[in-house]
Amino acid sequence: MTLKTLLATVSAIWLATTAGAEEMKMAVTTSFANSGLAEILLPQIEKDTGITVELLVVGTGQALKLGAAGDVDAVLVHARAAEEKFIADGNATHRREIMYNDFIVVGPSGDPAGAKAATKATEAFASIAEAKAPFVSRGDDSGTHKAELAIWDAAGVNPEGDWYKAVGQGMGAALNTAAGMNAYIFADRASWLNFGNKGDLALLFEGDPALFNQYAYLPVNPEKHPHVKADAAKALEVWLTSDTAKGLIEGYTIAGQQLFTFNAQPM
Amino acid sequence: MNDIFQGLSQAMRLVLAFDPGLVEITLRSLHVTVTATLIASAIGLPLGAWIAVNRFRLRRYAIAVLNALMGLPPVVVGLFVYVILSRAGPLGVLGLLFTPTAMIIAQVIIITPIIASISHQAIRELWADYHDLLISLHASRSQRIGTLIWDGRRALMTAALAGFGRAIGEVGAIMIVGGNIDHATRVLTTAIALETGKGDFALALALGFVLIALAIAVNLALHILSGTERGSRW
Repeated sequence: MTLKTLLATVSAIWLATTAGAEEMKMAVTTSFANSGLAEILLPQIEKDTGITVELLVVGTGQALKLGAAGDVDAVLVHARAAEEKFIADGNATHRREIMYNDFIVVGPSGDPAGAKAATKATEAFASIAEAKAPFVSRGDDSGTHKAELAIWDAAGVNPEGDWYKAVGQGMGAALNTAAGMNAYIFADRASWLNFGNKGDLALLFEGDPALFNQYAYLPVNPEKHPHVKADAAKALEVWLTSDTAKGLIEGYTIAGQQLFTFNAQPM
Repeated sequence: MNDIFQGLSQAMRLVLAFDPGLVEITLRSLHVTVTATLIASAIGLPLGAWIAVNRFRLRRYAIAVLNALMGLPPVVVGLFVYVILSRAGPLGVLGLLFTPTAMIIAQVIIITPIIASISHQAIRELWADYHDLLISLHASRSQRIGTLIWDGRRALMTAALAGFGRAIGEVGAIMIVGGNIDHATRVLTTAIALETGKGDFALALALGFVLIALAIAVNLALHILSGTERGSRW
């Protein structure tokens, strides 16, 4: 490439940053983005509605914060109690359930704590705490972190001590830490299946209804933030609850496993 | 070790195939960092020269603060710019958060002290040599600064390149203010962080090698264009 063509290309990119169709920003959780479903849904959304959805991938806590500040037009998260508080604070007009997936317990394939034998999620957690086996927690106020804490609570265990390591990072970084330390970790199935650095880790516990992980869509309240693209957010909600979305969401598989179950109700 | 070789070969494949995704984030990295370096140089070079040729009260403290600011943690700069540009912040109406412009602003704040500090050091030594000559020629203050900047241009280029180097590899600040949005604010460094999070170490390393190659290419290009390091001169 000569200098001239390089300069021409660079200046084209310079100017092209704001061109294009209608754009809206949506904050989503790392577990949703890591699943790879976004790459399936976004191109189809653009085709059907003309809206380019820009994703900000953060934890549920930060996603709701972005929505409350009006920095995004909608959020797609999975932490019911926090979502209801978000609506009560006037940050969103309503909450619409879209789909669910499930959480799993991953750990060293040798399973020193015997979590595999548990029949309930709380039992699996209690056995890990009893064995004081290393456990990596997200510790970042995300939806997955909140779900993990709820299970510790239900198991009657106060997770403290050297064995409990809160890394304060996203799902991927936490899985990397767990793989490096050969520790137990609470993860969502999608992130786990898509994760490329499994090491000696294996899926040890799954299937308890308590591990149900509901995703909900919350458009940011245009009365509080007049600049938000409420029309685009509405169009996206209609699309996300449509049969097209259902087909794509339920048809998405990794290693032959269906990850998400669509459960949006017609309004 | 295996990941490193896989990363190297994947980097080769991506570059040779002119992978469109790679080209896009590489050009965006260049766009953000070159713009930030130009703006920071326009502020930092004259500032460094001005501090070198002027004697004023608190000069010692100004230099100490400037040097200390070279160590500004990018995450803090990112958070600061984020709070300012957020819709809830003072400049929220501009709607700049999560755009390349926000990333440029953060990088300018990070690298201006570096460029100013290094150029101050270079100009100060040159000023010691030129002092008597310029004074005897009755050169005005702006003429002095202009002469020093021109004659010190090679050292000043090093200052600008140091700023460029810090900015092109920076991830903490631009992750916060840019948001790593695909096709909007994703650059090489944030893509590396993303792939690391997915556990795809080979691809993350491949992008890392591309980043290093890019930094070397920009430095080489500038040295060749400006004619430094020629065989005939020391």
